[in-house]
Amino acid sequence: MYDFGYHRPDTAADAASLLTKNGEAKVVAGGMTLIPTLKQRLAQPSDLVDLGGAADLKGIKIEGGGITIGAMTTHAEVARSGDVQKTILALAVLAGGIGDPQVRNRGTIGGSVANSDPGADYPAAVLGLGAKIRTNKREIAADNFFKGMFETALQDGEIITAIHFPKPEKAGYCKHPNPASRYAIVGVLVAKTASGVRVAVTGAGPCAFRSKELEVALGGSFSADAAKGAKIKSDGLNNDLHATAAYRAHLVSVMAARAVAAAG
Amino acid sequence: MLTVSMTVNGIAVSADVEARTLLVQFLREKLGLTGTHIGCDTSQCGACVVHLNGKSVKSCTTLAVQANGAAVTTIEGLAAADGTLHPMQEAFRDNHGLQCGFCTPGMVMSAIDLAQSHADLSEAEIREGLEGNMCRCTGYHNIVKAVKAGAQAMTAAMRR
Repeated sequence: MYDFGYHRPDTAADAASLLTKNGEAKVVAGGMTLIPTLKQRLAQPSDLVDLGGAADLKGIKIEGGGITIGAMTTHAEVARSGDVQKTILALAVLAGGIGDPQVRNRGTIGGSVANSDPGADYPAAVLGLGAKIRTNKREIAADNFFKGMFETALQDGEIITAIHFPKPEKAGYCKHPNPASRYAIVGVLVAKTASGVRVAVTGAGPCAFRSKELEVALGGSFSADAAKGAKIKSDGLNNDLHATAAYRAHLVSVMAARAVAAAG
Repeated sequence: MLTVSMTVNGIAVSADVEARTLLVQFLREKLGLTGTHIGCDTSQCGACVVHLNGKSVKSCTTLAVQANGAAVTTIEGLAAADGTLHPMQEAFRDNHGLQCGFCTPGMVMSAIDLAQSHADLSEAEIREGLEGNMCRCTGYHNIVKAVKAGAQAMTAAMRR
């Protein structure tokens, strides 16, 4: 790993000003992706701005009937939160299935969402539940957030502060994990909301995306059979040593069916 | 160089490190606590698991500076001063939960966190709870038995 300067600000505002002052600086949240990336010398930031000391970025609260989760809240904290379990159980289940227990003790929701890894679980929840991403500058709708592989709408110096999830009528998440890394080969979150059915897929494309085919199918009948019957096109899906595009397309409807069953 | 201070196995320590120094390097190279192993160095194998403020983490994927001010427990901090093993260590010995022993420190640290956060662990919960730890010798069977016995012994010790 190349060496770097290190800063541990106490607030999100101080972190943002450190980022502005150090143009080649990077933010580190839980570090579960960034530290391995630095070890491989795939990145060479001048400075790391560690959000671990920013108390204003932590915590879970019920807000407007939904749930708001601070960016530095760990996966383990989300998974075992009584408030998350009773408001959106699928979100707690999703968080409890990320990586392994040690990753869940360090990894954070803000870090995962900001990174937009094609195989990460949280982007499916953010997009499928129609969440709002709050930053130090603005609020971004999930539909406008994920732009591509490791690409989001976040600008230089912009830090996720919290994510707000509205409460759906029903929601479920199911993934087919890579047996070694636990990243989703395909993960699907289905949600029945006041404004219709939303279905978000992770693992299958360059970043999380909504599946029109499944939204139409489940809009007609919110059932596992309807999900199984949806034909998913493999065009543009990831095709790599873990799974072919055709296999991923098949998995999308299978995972969607299981997610619907889990949603009850 | 940055100065980091933390409590390791109950003892306050302080040292100058580079920002890029990993927690596992700090423990092994600065403090000589070589019970924490470096297996894969890619956060997969779990040989480097330690407790950071009571929670199991992979010390190969944590910077020493991120642990500034924290309480760290390593495998060396488990046994009593008179050498009496921690109930989980004893259970690994009793159940032949190790062969070469390389993964054992990480297994024991993960197992203790698992037992502390779950009451009455089932076999499935133990296997799932050890997803972040790999063993190349045992086939896991005796490790699972050891964790079950160790968790029961920890509960019994707390009741006493």
